[in-house]
Formats: sequence, C-alpha cells, structure tokens
Amino acid sequence: MGFFLETLFGGLMAGMLYSLIALGFVLIYKASGVFNFAQGAMVLFAALAMSRFAEWIPQWLGFESLLLANLLAFIAAMAVMVVLAWAIERLCLSKLVNQEGITLLMATLGIAYFLDGFGQTLFGSDIYNINVGMPKDPAFILEGMFEGGVMISKEDLVAAAIAALLVVVLALFFQKTKTGRALRAVADDHQAAQSIGIPLNKIWVIVWSVAGFAALVAGIIWGSKLGVQFTLSLVALKALPVVILGGLTSVPGAIIGGLIIGVGEKLSEIYLGPMLGGGIEIWFAYVLALGFLLVRPQGLFGEKIIDRV
Amino acid sequence: MLYRENGQFKTSYAADQQIFPIFQERWAMALLLLVAFVVLPLVGSEYWFRAILIPFLILSLAALGLNILVGYCGQISLGTGAFMAVGAYAAYNFMVRIDGMPLIVAMLLGGLSATVIGVLFGIPSLRIKGLYLAVATLAAQFFTDWAFLRIGWFTNNSSSGSVSMARLDVFGVPIESPVTKYLFVLTVVCVFALMAKNLVRSAIGRQWMAIRDMDVAAAVIGIRPMYAKLSAFAVSSFIVGVAGVLWAFIHLGAWEPAAFSIDRSFQLLFMVIIGGLGSIAGAFLGAGFIVLLPLALDQIPHLLGIPLSTATITHLVHMIFGALIVFFLIVEPHGLAKLWSVGKQKLRLWPFPH
Repeated sequence: MGFFLETLFGGLMAGMLYSLIALGFVLIYKASGVFNFAQGAMVLFAALAMSRFAEWIPQWLGFESLLLANLLAFIAAMAVMVVLAWAIERLCLSKLVNQEGITLLMATLGIAYFLDGFGQTLFGSDIYNINVGMPKDPAFILEGMFEGGVMISKEDLVAAAIAALLVVVLALFFQKTKTGRALRAVADDHQAAQSIGIPLNKIWVIVWSVAGFAALVAGIIWGSKLGVQFTLSLVALKALPVVILGGLTSVPGAIIGGLIIGVGEKLSEIYLGPMLGGGIEIWFAYVLALGFLLVRPQGLFGEKIIDRV
Repeated sequence: MLYRENGQFKTSYAADQQIFPIFQERWAMALLLLVAFVVLPLVGSEYWFRAILIPFLILSLAALGLNILVGYCGQISLGTGAFMAVGAYAAYNFMVRIDGMPLIVAMLLGGLSATVIGVLFGIPSLRIKGLYLAVATLAAQFFTDWAFLRIGWFTNNSSSGSVSMARLDVFGVPIESPVTKYLFVLTVVCVFALMAKNLVRSAIGRQWMAIRDMDVAAAVIGIRPMYAKLSAFAVSSFIVGVAGVLWAFIHLGAWEPAAFSIDRSFQLLFMVIIGGLGSIAGAFLGAGFIVLLPLALDQIPHLLGIPLSTATITHLVHMIFGALIVFFLIVEPHGLAKLWSVGKQKLRLWPFPH
C-alpha cells in the first residue's frame, strides 16, 4: 500500500508538470484557435533563457546574490518571451488570419523548429541547470500508518504549489481583469469581439505572452528538476494527449487531464509494464488519448464539437 | 520561345489525357530519365550515390506517399516514420522467416503490412479531423517506436535491438554496389511515381481532393467519406511502407527503431509542405531541398573558409527549416511545385510580354 501511494504521488507530481505545459496549449487555443505545437519549444526556450541569464547577469553586473540573479533572470526571460510573442504574432500569425486550422498547426510546427534551433544557437546547447533554491531532500508522511511512511519529494510539493498558484493567478486574470474579459470575448467569437472594438492583434500578443509566462514557469520547474536540455521540448509532446483528454478549451481540463495522464502513466508502468515488456510510459498517454478520441472527441471538459466529419 | 504549345493539336482522347500534354515537356522528361538511368550511373561517384541520390530518391517516395494523404486528401499525419518502420520490419520478418523470399515480394508485403496499420490508425479520421488526427497519428508513432524496440519477436530476438539485411538480390542480380542499389531504387521510385500520378488524376484522386476541399459538400455529391479517407490512408501508407523497406534494406543496411523516429515524420512533413501540398513533383522538389540543404550548409562555409561546428549547422538547419515552413505557408502554400509551374507559365510567353 505504501508503495502504491508513493507511485500515486509520483504520478500526480509528474502530471502537475504536464498540466503546466498543457495550460499553455489551452490558453492559446481558446483565444486564437491555434493549436500551438510550439509550446514545447517555448518551454525549452524560456528555460534556456532563464538559466543562462541567471548565469550571465551576475557576471555582467558583478554581484553574487543568488536571489537577485534569479529575480533579474526571471524578468529578463519574461521580457524575451514577450518579445517572442510579439514577433510570432507580427511575422507569422497576423499573416495567416482566417487560414484553416491545419495550416496554422503546420505553421506552429515550423515555429517550434525555428525556436529549437534559435534558442540553442543563442544560449548554447549544453545541459544547464536552474537553481531557484528548491528543496531537494525527500519528506516522509503518514509514518504512523505504514512502516517507514510514504516518501515524497519536497521539490515536487513546491512545484505542485507553484502550479496551483499559477492556475489561480491565471483564473483571476481571466475572470477579474479587463484584459481577461477581452481575452474571453475573443475566445468566444473573433468577429463579435472585433466589432465591439477589441484589437485582435494586441490580444494575440497578450495571449502568446501569457502562454510564454506559463512556459517559463513550466521550464523553471522542469529545468530545476531535470536540467535544461533539448529533451525538454520532447517532454512537452506529452502535453498533447493531456489536452485531448481534458478538452482543448478547458483550463480545469488541462489540470485534471495532466493528473490523469501522470498517474496513469506511472501506475501502468509499474503494474502493466512488466507484462508488456516495460517502457510503456512512452505511448501510454497517446493510446489513452486515442481511445478517448474515438469515444469522446471533445475530451472530459471540452465544449461539444458540433462538426460533421 | 522554346516552350510553346501552339501548333500541337490534340486529335484523340488519349492525346488529351496525357500526363505531359506538351511536346517539349515529354522531351524534357525523357531527357531527365535518360540522365537518371544512363548518365548518372556512368559518371556518379560512390559518395553521390550513398549520400545524395539514394536518400533523395527514397525520401521522395516517402514524401510522395505522405503527400497523397496530406496534400490530396487533407488528413494530417505525424506518424509517417511509424508507417515506414512497419514496412521495414514487416519485410524483414518476411525475409528472415520465409526461405527464398524474393526481395520484391517482401517489399510489397511490407507495404501491405503498412497499409493494414495505416488504415487501422486512419479509422479515427472518420470521427475527427485536423489537430485531433495529428494526435492519433502521433500515437501510432510512439507505439511503433516502442513495439519494435521492446517486442523481441519483431526483431527476430536480436540481442542489440538492431537488425540487418545483407546479400540482397533481384531476379538473381545482386544489389550490392552503390550503382545497382541506385538503379533498383530509381526503378521502384519511377514505377510508384507513375502509379501515384495516375491515381491522383483518376476518379479516386478526385474523390480525395473533394474530401480535402470540403467534406460535407463531397458527401452531398455522393462521395463516401469513409471510403475516400480510408483509401487515401491505405495508398499513402502502402507507398510509405515501401519507402521504409527501401530506406532500411538499401540505404541503411542495418537499422534500429531510431531510424524511423518522430524526427523522420516531421522531416517528411516538411518536405511535403516545402515541396508543395498536393503535387507529385512537389514531393521530389521538397525531398531534394531537404536532403541538399544540410549538405550545402556543411560545404559552403567550408569553401568560404568560415568553419562552422556540426552543432551550429544542426541548429542552423533547424532554424532555416522552421523559417521556411512559415514562409512557404504564408507566401506560397503550394510550395516549390507552384513556383515551378509559375515559372513554366512565364516561360510560355517569354520573351514577348503578351
């Protein structure tokens, strides 16, 4: 039982990180109808920027404080993501308005490739680490119930707390601010939003910046856990089944989908893996999503698609 | 001045339905085939065959298969590498497990196995489209990656996970030297290109295009979406599977699942987009471009005396591909093939303005 709970917690934590990446997908899809394949590349790009700035800024300015370095690096990385969002909107999306979804999907695939190359040319292609002072030692809970208790990593707990905080902040931003209201209006109906005077271009830059922010947070957490390297942008492919499962247009769906995928992956690896030869983590999420697509294409929380195929 | 169709009258239906209706085009094509079949084998060096021509031809074939699905039928696929892998491993198993299995039969059987898997993963396309289908085909990609790595039966329980194919022959002629390999690949590619060209201008090709342009309208005029979509998946994965067999047997010789990873799928999709969605010539142009660009980036700075590290080149290639994808989608969604036909159109008037 203790082992089962440990696996469960491990899965929940991994799932939380998937949800963070999936969140970026959902935000952009909701606001602009673009299925953003580049979210993974954005996570890598943001993480690279963060880790390199944290290294460079103290060198440029000549101070030692880790906290200050991280703070400045975070601001600098965020600025880079905003510039990136602006460039993507200006150079790519604004020219592809009213194209079919499939064209936009391929365009974001191109952006993803570009960012992979660009980020690594700019910031280097070694493995870097991000040190934001996350606690590394494990904690034991429920020691009264089981022998030895259940081991969970404090780092994961902090990560989960940050992710939850991010979701709350985003929810508040979307529900309570004027910009958030404009974003929701655009998500509902582009034309109607435009006709009441909401500037679409500006909204898209904001949405991509917010997605960049989500990418930065996801990148920092993943990066401090696993190191910043190219595989980060592949891990992000896991977010695709998450959004399919949760529903493309639902923020809570991204969170719950991520948790389900994370837990399902870990549990199936432990309990089904030995029967199938191991390593089923690679495809479990996708096959689950595929099954979902056949039965309930809109996902758990998505809006029902009324679209004859 | 040279490229004109005036004076060339069509007097029969057969003449009206030719693939190359203009006399000059037929000659150009014949010349191209002559160069490919006769001149290149005489003058080409081993490096040309191994590094450029054979990969170019095989990837063109795979891009051709993918173009049928994406360009003609409008169903996006990110699992092309998987279907190539299915073809390669199936053909390998037919060769290993059945004594005296001829290469061509094994190749076609490999293609058929890819067809079965392709149709299986194409079934979701009946309920979903676009973005959702991309995820379904990604599932195929990751699942086959895993299956060929972990299930020993597929690799004949090879301990290293890598399998190899040696001593190939066709009708008693050994396919050993680069020239024979090249000629074999070229023949297969020509046959399939001709087949594909005829398929897309026949009734079934028109059905695919109707589904691509507007599926509801197509259904209204009596095209069965299920039949059209699944047949596109079948034909596409058959060709892709055959390309996979060639890639594994002829180009690589010994291979492991990583040869058909998701990068391969993306690479093929890029060929189709850059070359031209919905065009047979586009598959060749795109493949040529994507095979040659990294080589050019490797050679040109070298010649100019600017040494670039391999890592920088890889990143540059990524950046250029990414930027080109976006560029082509914005400026010319029909890719290099469209530029080619625009050029031909201009040539018809040249040098007079009207």
